[in-house]
Amino acid sequence: MKKIFSVILFLLFVVFVNAQTNQQTLKASIDRGQKIYFKVCLSCHMLDGGGVPHMNPPLSQSSYVLGDKAKIIYIILHGLETREPIDDEYYSNNMAAHTDLNNQQIADVLTYVRNSFGNKASAVSVAEVKAVRSKKK
Amino acid sequence: MKKLSFYFLFLSISITSFAKNNADTINAGLKLPAGFSATKISEGLGRARHIVVSQQGTIFYKSSKLVNGKGIFQLKNLNGKAELITSFGKYIGTGIAIRNGYLYASSDEEVFRYKLNEKDEVLNPDQPEKIITGLINRHQHESKSIAFDNDGNIYVNIGAYANACQEKDRTLHSKGRMPCPVLDSAGGIWQFKADKLNQTYADGIRYATGLRNVVGLDWNAQTNSLFVMQHGRDQLHDNWPEFYDTKQSAELPAETMYELHRGSNCGWPFIYYDPMQHKKMLAPEYGGDGKKSWDEYLNENKNGGLVIVNYKYNQDKTSLINDMDYARKAYDKTIQDPAIAFPAHMGPNALLFYTGNQFPEKYKNGAFIAFHGSWNRAPELQKGYFVVFVPFKNGKPTGEWEIFADNFAGGDQFMEPNKAQHRPCGLAQGPDGSLYVSDDVKGAVYKISYKK
Repeated sequence: MKKIFSVILFLLFVVFVNAQTNQQTLKASIDRGQKIYFKVCLSCHMLDGGGVPHMNPPLSQSSYVLGDKAKIIYIILHGLETREPIDDEYYSNNMAAHTDLNNQQIADVLTYVRNSFGNKASAVSVAEVKAVRSKKK
Repeated sequence: MKKLSFYFLFLSISITSFAKNNADTINAGLKLPAGFSATKISEGLGRARHIVVSQQGTIFYKSSKLVNGKGIFQLKNLNGKAELITSFGKYIGTGIAIRNGYLYASSDEEVFRYKLNEKDEVLNPDQPEKIITGLINRHQHESKSIAFDNDGNIYVNIGAYANACQEKDRTLHSKGRMPCPVLDSAGGIWQFKADKLNQTYADGIRYATGLRNVVGLDWNAQTNSLFVMQHGRDQLHDNWPEFYDTKQSAELPAETMYELHRGSNCGWPFIYYDPMQHKKMLAPEYGGDGKKSWDEYLNENKNGGLVIVNYKYNQDKTSLINDMDYARKAYDKTIQDPAIAFPAHMGPNALLFYTGNQFPEKYKNGAFIAFHGSWNRAPELQKGYFVVFVPFKNGKPTGEWEIFADNFAGGDQFMEPNKAQHRPCGLAQGPDGSLYVSDDVKGAVYKISYKK
């Protein structure tokens, strides 16, 4: 009985440490992502992720940001020049392609965006960015 | 005791009215010069872009959002409040004007007109005449503002569907396209007949080119010429960080006013105007580095360089048939200087020459400009969100300008444009000489008047 108890205790400890590490990894990614956001994204999408009315879409509570990760990764890689409504609003400005960002940077900045401005969504991994990049445009 | 309660009643009434006056109603929250007052006569109907007021005082404005499927609103000013009379026009857009008994309005691709009777009633709200059709709309700089001369012509802005004519729009280190193909059908002002139906590009004349995007334009009756306000290009730092830091990018380039004549070339995308150095500068997309001026470039390229190559390409385009004035100008290598330059990124969305008698003498024949307010200054604080007055003398700006109506945004210390409560977008002069200002955040209409 005592043995079982210590095994359970050990397992709990492993889970705890794992969660801690995940938390730390997430936080590190968000911190790196914030630096990229300030440098590359802020001038259009603004400090609060609110965008510019009718010109640049908001990122806070955006279905594009919170939805399918492959789609938002694709937009960062290739830009967005089609006229399409985003959450029922049209935006005039084109989004630039960010071929200058590597897979790690895109994963970080998207993880930051998905966990800022009131957003709460899972992290984006380097593997996920890599998968989208390797697909033909 | 009775006396005391009366006193309290009086006190509470005066406190309430004081608070109300101070918080909302004094000049509808606007800051104005002494002697002027403002009231907000309407709010909440669509996003009011441009606005016009008839000789009888009927107000029409064009909305960039449909309300119950309609995009033109007709209001009547009654005892300080404007009542909605009717709405029509099943399209969004910006331009609106009254000319020779017709109300003209534009979508982002076409220009329509509606016959008005002597009571300002629209006779055929569902069957307007189509004056111009098929104008390019690629969702960037899409609004088609309109103005008229006194010879039966209508002028339409066709904004460039690009920031700086790059190979990849708004993209880091993407070079300028050579020639710039945008200019064959956009990036300028086109002239059409005001009363001919179903005109297309082939019926029009490219009156002036090299204008990135004009939203505010007005005919100056004194000079008998068209004046326009250009929105200067964006993102110098984002795309060329080695030449411009974020501060320089927030202050460059100028928002510029031009007096146009047939054949005018204002230089977009090859140049931008630096308001501190008072110089046309070679754009970084075309080899500029933030330091090389256009004059220096021309000294190195005496054959006219970029402008000539671009002209040779564009002269074959059908839109340029009969466009010999432009040809001559292009060979002159002339890129026009602005009539006056303003700080960067403030978004001039309306221009109006004041011809009324109500305002003091100094305003007569001067220009009001509605600055919609910036976005491309971040991370610096945003600027604009006000109406400016530009004094004119002998048909030219004196070089000075002043803020006329301020505080549309409800404060001036913000970095995010979505914090602005209102953004001035259209200007109109009423028959009594009052100035009307429209707002495209909440669809507000302000009336500004002067009393000695």
